[in-house]
Amino acid sequence: MSITVSTRSGQTLELEGRTGLSLMEVIREGGVDELLALCGGCCSCATCHIFIDEESLAKLPPISSDENDLLDGSSHRNERSRLACQIPYTADLDGLHAQIAPED
Amino acid sequence: MEQGAELIDVLIVGAGHGGAQAAITLRQLGFEGSIALLGDEPYLPYERPPLSKDYLAGEKDFDRLLIRPKYFWEERAIKMLVGRKATKIDPMAKTVWTETGETFHYRNLIWSAGGSARTLQCPGAELEGVHTLRTRRDADGIKHALSNTSTVVIVGGGYIGLEAAAALTKLGKSVVVLEAQDRVLARVAGEPLSRFFEDEHRSHGVDIKLNMSVKRILGGPSVTGVELSDGAVINCEMVIVGIGIIPSVGPLIAAGAAGRNGVDVDAACRTSLPDVYAIGDCACHPNEFAEGRPVRLESVQNSSDQAIVVANLLSGKAAAYAATPWFWSTQYDLKLQTVGLSSGFDQFVIRGNPLLRSFSVIYLKAGRVIALDCINSIRDYVQGKKLVEAHIHVDPADLADLDVPLKSWLECLAS
Repeated sequence: MSITVSTRSGQTLELEGRTGLSLMEVIREGGVDELLALCGGCCSCATCHIFIDEESLAKLPPISSDENDLLDGSSHRNERSRLACQIPYTADLDGLHAQIAPED
Repeated sequence: MEQGAELIDVLIVGAGHGGAQAAITLRQLGFEGSIALLGDEPYLPYERPPLSKDYLAGEKDFDRLLIRPKYFWEERAIKMLVGRKATKIDPMAKTVWTETGETFHYRNLIWSAGGSARTLQCPGAELEGVHTLRTRRDADGIKHALSNTSTVVIVGGGYIGLEAAAALTKLGKSVVVLEAQDRVLARVAGEPLSRFFEDEHRSHGVDIKLNMSVKRILGGPSVTGVELSDGAVINCEMVIVGIGIIPSVGPLIAAGAAGRNGVDVDAACRTSLPDVYAIGDCACHPNEFAEGRPVRLESVQNSSDQAIVVANLLSGKAAAYAATPWFWSTQYDLKLQTVGLSSGFDQFVIRGNPLLRSFSVIYLKAGRVIALDCINSIRDYVQGKKLVEAHIHVDPADLADLDVPLKSWLECLAS
């Protein structure tokens, strides 16, 4: 089970996924330094904003109104935007590609 | 220079959110010198906020609180010198001593030592079963003792006390909160928010006693009860003291750094000592959101953003601290988000209905929005943040109208 993550600095990393963690935690455990995730994953900031590849996007749980409102605060939001902390990692997500969104 | 002591390009005292972020950002910016973190706790940097929330409630393991995994620090050559408390500095010799007598020489020092939990001074304060809640060790001590605890008295109705009350209530404990002032959260929020949280906690069975302090703690060697200022006695097996922190700046002040409330820093987080910076809970800094007045903010946002400022400076880039303050708290199913600094407000507006458990308190000063406390209302938080940042004049009457989105003020501004 693995995902790939593209960073702002242009690196692409292949990370091991682990069920029981959120996608944010998988990316953080994978040693990506750009993901601040300041609130620790309680959907209170938007510092784990990522863009998800189109194919994986459809497999994700729907966006909650809280997540939607937080994402609205980002000037970089697009149709592939999600907060990584709100996505539980599951085997289903094998092959997912995430790109760290630009800083706001 | 003392023999054997290493010279470290950036020595960071404090392995909390600020210290960790400073090290991370330095490496992100390509800083190639040596970096070491001294932390007084024996752990790698971890998130502190969950200690009074999901970690206390047993819903999250410690591993999930680590800010980064162990290998991350190794890979980036960030030396983690944990379990070492810095107790003395010599700003001329640029040397830091630890409690056990180790010495470290620095080119630049980032002081990010945070604070220690304030303790009670009354008789019985040292009894077994009296806890503070600031560190993992504190939280583990509380969790460990919970199986033999049915009643907990929490001293202090601030965020820590209220979050602990919510977590312990969830675990089936009977909880009493004592607040010395006439409302909870008196230091940080307006009265409507205080009253709302008092009602919420009471509806969950928490006994909130206002204008009430502790005369003494009863028992020996373990706590058996608390005698209140009015003479009443509450029987309990545990006391949690949540009455704020004392900034950990003793060694800096002893070395001559200026500061009365923590340590004074300028907009670039520089202390009055050469090449010594301070960030986070202990740094008293001029804040644009307090009209430039010196303030000390105890938040993840503040420590992280100040860390980024110092990391930029030490990487040769200009930087000044001007980040918008924000903060969050979770209690029960309530998500509080605050933005801006409300102290000094001269008017407030309630937007939404507290009875529906979704509303905001909007604070104004001289007709400008300076802060919001938003309960279960992320949209207002996100849009309100931009209002606070824009420093614009608004008509308070319209702020209360839920049909007018807060962002419409900004659209007016843009057009």
